[in-house]
Amino acid sequence: MSLEINFSTKIFDNKVREHNEYDEIALTIRQDIIKSLVLAKSGHPGGPLGITDVMSVLFFGGIMKYDSSSPDWSGRDRFVLSAGHMAPVLYSTLARAGYFPTEELKSLRKYGSRLQGHPGLDMNLPGIETSSGSLGQGVSIAVGMAMSDWIIDKNDKKVFCITGDGELQEGACWEAAMAAGSHKLSNFCWIVDNNDCQIDGRVKDIMSVYPIKEKFESFNFDVIEIDGHDYNQIKEAFDKFEENYKNKGLPTCIVAKTYMGKGVSFMNDEYKWHGNPPNEEQAEIALSELH
Amino acid sequence: MTRIESYGNKPTRDGFGLGLVELGEKDERIVVIGADVSGSVKTSYFQDRFPERFISVGVAEQNATTVAVGLALSGKVPFFSSYSAFAAFRNADQIRVSICYNEANVKIGGGHSGLTVGPDGATHQSLEEVAFLRTLPNMTLICPADYEQAKKATIAIGEMVGPAYLRFGRPSVPMFTKPEDEFIIGKADLLREGSDVSIVANGIMVWEALKAAEALKEKHNINAEVINCHTIKPIDEHALVNSAKKCGAMVTAEEHQVHGGLSGAVAEVLVKNYPIPMEFVGVKDTFGGSGEPFELTELFGLTWKEIYASALLAIDRKNNGSSVIRKVKDVAVYTDGM
Repeated sequence: MSLEINFSTKIFDNKVREHNEYDEIALTIRQDIIKSLVLAKSGHPGGPLGITDVMSVLFFGGIMKYDSSSPDWSGRDRFVLSAGHMAPVLYSTLARAGYFPTEELKSLRKYGSRLQGHPGLDMNLPGIETSSGSLGQGVSIAVGMAMSDWIIDKNDKKVFCITGDGELQEGACWEAAMAAGSHKLSNFCWIVDNNDCQIDGRVKDIMSVYPIKEKFESFNFDVIEIDGHDYNQIKEAFDKFEENYKNKGLPTCIVAKTYMGKGVSFMNDEYKWHGNPPNEEQAEIALSELH
Repeated sequence: MTRIESYGNKPTRDGFGLGLVELGEKDERIVVIGADVSGSVKTSYFQDRFPERFISVGVAEQNATTVAVGLALSGKVPFFSSYSAFAAFRNADQIRVSICYNEANVKIGGGHSGLTVGPDGATHQSLEEVAFLRTLPNMTLICPADYEQAKKATIAIGEMVGPAYLRFGRPSVPMFTKPEDEFIIGKADLLREGSDVSIVANGIMVWEALKAAEALKEKHNINAEVINCHTIKPIDEHALVNSAKKCGAMVTAEEHQVHGGLSGAVAEVLVKNYPIPMEFVGVKDTFGGSGEPFELTELFGLTWKEIYASALLAIDRKNNGSSVIRKVKDVAVYTDGM
């Protein structure tokens, strides 16, 4: 490989920030995604680039409680990436939060790596709460976690989960939605990455999941639609979730309208970039744009 | 040889339900997920005793399974129970990826298993799940023989760490294991010692195996060994190989397809370690149908008679080698006049 790939060692704090401070974080994560995927020679760039801004606010904006130096801290909030194929954004986020050395991002998808193609609990990567990758299952696991906290233990912990929008085609998602709504899991925040792209094309063409907002409302969620690239709107949505939680209201669903491949011009809003990694030349162009 | 007597009848599902309550008393991490059939699979006993630890998710077995995983990953010991037809197949992907790959501490109670669901018919008669479940890494799979053993097995899987599936049935069946008998996961019970043929059974077929052994002794002075192989995974290789060496012929018996279940698990052990003639008693590659439970076991060939006939055939093959022509398709040839 002629393109030299290095990962900086920079890590970021989890604190309330000015919105312009997220630019550097998101840029770093997007660079990591491109770098780890060009080294892996396989994997999914589109979704991770699209959800990066939401992840940046969630993990580095003082929204989630966690301690990367003590990943199993019993008081932590939990995050489940139900759309397990978006693993590169999770790995970068965890590394940048200090869960493990950023250098390890080089090992994505390699034999024996803790950074499996889809998150694997068996690899004991700090910060991973569950395996995921069979769509529709992660969100139901997250509902189980939220039930444990809300119904059984009655503690103050929250559970965040990201699914894709194509993932909503899985019937299991709606079993999970029904359970969360029916049990009024106020501590549960479901984020739908609504980029309208899936492997075969546009979600609306392959099998429409619309209207998403009304569907979740009818399942007893408080639904907030946002521009998933606007830090202000992202923060406000999480603030609304906090309010719902404090009021013991409905579970929250944030429908984040995003662009697949956001940040890289030739990937932007292109469903073809769901599951194809950049080659060296493409990675070089992408990284030159991510500055 | 002391004859093993039965002391009444009770359903194995009651053993499961009461075992759960006993577990719940001892361990407050025990949580039960209801999927609308709590009264049928007897998780209702737990619900009545510990309503605060019972979570209902409705007729949604996929969600029940993964919700259980979420609870397990939160330090709980969740039990999910439904009919095996829906607790092992509808949610097969969830069991594979979210329970077994995660090595999540989830327990599944697969009730209403096998033909003895009876009149509900083929859709509800699960006869294949053992074949699927035993291929899953990290899974422990148990099929107890009677009420008392079902209760002990329920407690045992609640006390172990890791995924487990308990397969039990609906009707009242003979009780013959004693409250004081030991139950150890992965350790087969030698119920009757013998030297001519070994009968390896689980679930309701263990009692049938004991009856067959009595008949073999009375009619032909054949000493049949009877092994209750309640744990299908991890299987007790040591007990099986020992018995094979001692008897030289073996019959397996189960309320399940003859393909891939206990028969397959035992055959895999023997083929590798000590191949001997084997015969299989079970459902022969067909679906069930409506009928009374023990009418169906007669009609589908799941009684002591088929075990008896298969034992004679296995012994015949042991004594006469591969030259024995398997003309004996009909049980009546061997059980004539009984």
